Amino acid sequence: MSDITVNGASSAPILEIRNLQKSFGSNNVLKDISLSVEPGNVVSIIGPSGSGKSTLLRCASFLETADGGDILYNGQYAMHGGVYASKAELGGFRTRFGMVFQNFNLFPHYSVMKNITEAPLLHGHDKQEVRERAESLLVKMGLEGKEDSYPCQLSGGQQQRVAIARALALKPEILFFDEPTSALDPELTGEVLKVIRQLADDHMTMVVVTHEMPFARAVSNYVIFMDKGVIVEQGDPEEVFGAPTQERTKQFLRNYQK
Amino acid sequence: MSLLTMIVKMSEGLGKTCAIFFLTLLFSLPLGMIVALLRMSKNKLVSAVTRFIITVLRGTPLMLQLLAVTYGPYYLFGANVARNKLIPVVIAFSINYAAYFAEIYRGGIESIPVGQYEAAEVLGYSRLQTFTRIILPQVIKRIMPSVTNEVVTLVKDTSMAFTVSYQEMFTIGKQIANSQTSFMPFIVAGVFYYVFNFIVDRIMGRIEKRLDYYK
Repeated sequence: MSDITVNGASSAPILEIRNLQKSFGSNNVLKDISLSVEPGNVVSIIGPSGSGKSTLLRCASFLETADGGDILYNGQYAMHGGVYASKAELGGFRTRFGMVFQNFNLFPHYSVMKNITEAPLLHGHDKQEVRERAESLLVKMGLEGKEDSYPCQLSGGQQQRVAIARALALKPEILFFDEPTSALDPELTGEVLKVIRQLADDHMTMVVVTHEMPFARAVSNYVIFMDKGVIVEQGDPEEVFGAPTQERTKQFLRNYQK
Repeated sequence: MSLLTMIVKMSEGLGKTCAIFFLTLLFSLPLGMIVALLRMSKNKLVSAVTRFIITVLRGTPLMLQLLAVTYGPYYLFGANVARNKLIPVVIAFSINYAAYFAEIYRGGIESIPVGQYEAAEVLGYSRLQTFTRIILPQVIKRIMPSVTNEVVTLVKDTSMAFTVSYQEMFTIGKQIANSQTSFMPFIVAGVFYYVFNFIVDRIMGRIEKRLDYYK
């Protein structure tokens, strides 16, 4: 399977995955997945439940151990032929990406501010700078005045926006979203998608696993449709959504339009 | 013997009762955490051995354990029985309570959603930082009611020290009851324990309340 080059960018891709394999027991969740994400691009991964899209993100963020293939950040191998870099090196790679989870996974015993600032402070970032960055992120996320609140006092949409701010506080080069709105009702979904759209306008590089088709179509500049552990179809969102070539894609999208 | 004399005499043992209580907590609370971590070890042998020890400590009477720790060395090696019985008493209590606390800790640790670990990992927290900053504080909040239960039980269990004739409050009360053929010392002891636990309950309630700022 050939690598995907988005919009023919010349610089090294921020993330490149080659021939990724992952199985849980006898269940092959990822079969030979390859993709690459160029700086400033937004890649949406769509597909039915169990197609492997979340596992793909979890492998890219080292939450899941892949069985084979390559994972490269900025052209450097985090995994090469199924062999991972050293623990220390992986720690270095971890600073390059951020992750936003379906269930937010905020730390409930920390205030909003501490949720956002603790990790950068532990990494030795300048205190003053961390604080200022957190404040500007909160403004950006529409969460002014919430710095001393606790997650349990916030709506799901607000919690997810705090989680996005927390991920951004570490200045990642790429941000992964694992079904960021699946735990939210439609109204709250809108406010989270709006924030992600803003990030896209700011040219944040992102990979978004989502079931929000209109969002994927409008915001991303590349769409990957996965089913049963393989990439069935990929390309420009207008092509994949407007004129899918694969029968499986058509069938999937038809179900969504109902 | 007047009631007042009884109360005064028994009060003299309260210091020792408190010594058992506080020293047991001091040692068993941290020891329980070590045992819990061993119990959850990925090494199957370590976890199985720890599990076995826990079942023995929880499955046999504390009274037997007290006797074993106090007199065991004499029967096994002919060693002298400790002059200061506080030492074997506190050892037996601490080990016994550590086994109970270990299971409480384990339940608490296992109840924390895996997403908390994953979020911390992606944010670059080390394993130790994840445990001490993210997991442990949440565990403490969750296990407070169960810990309070154990602490209340410990107050009453201190009376078990009479089996090795350690001169704490209850042991003195029992001696008075025997010599005076009176039931009164037991009533006095009951009141003492009740008041002690009343205070314990208040303190634990205050700690729980302080952790109430989040869900």
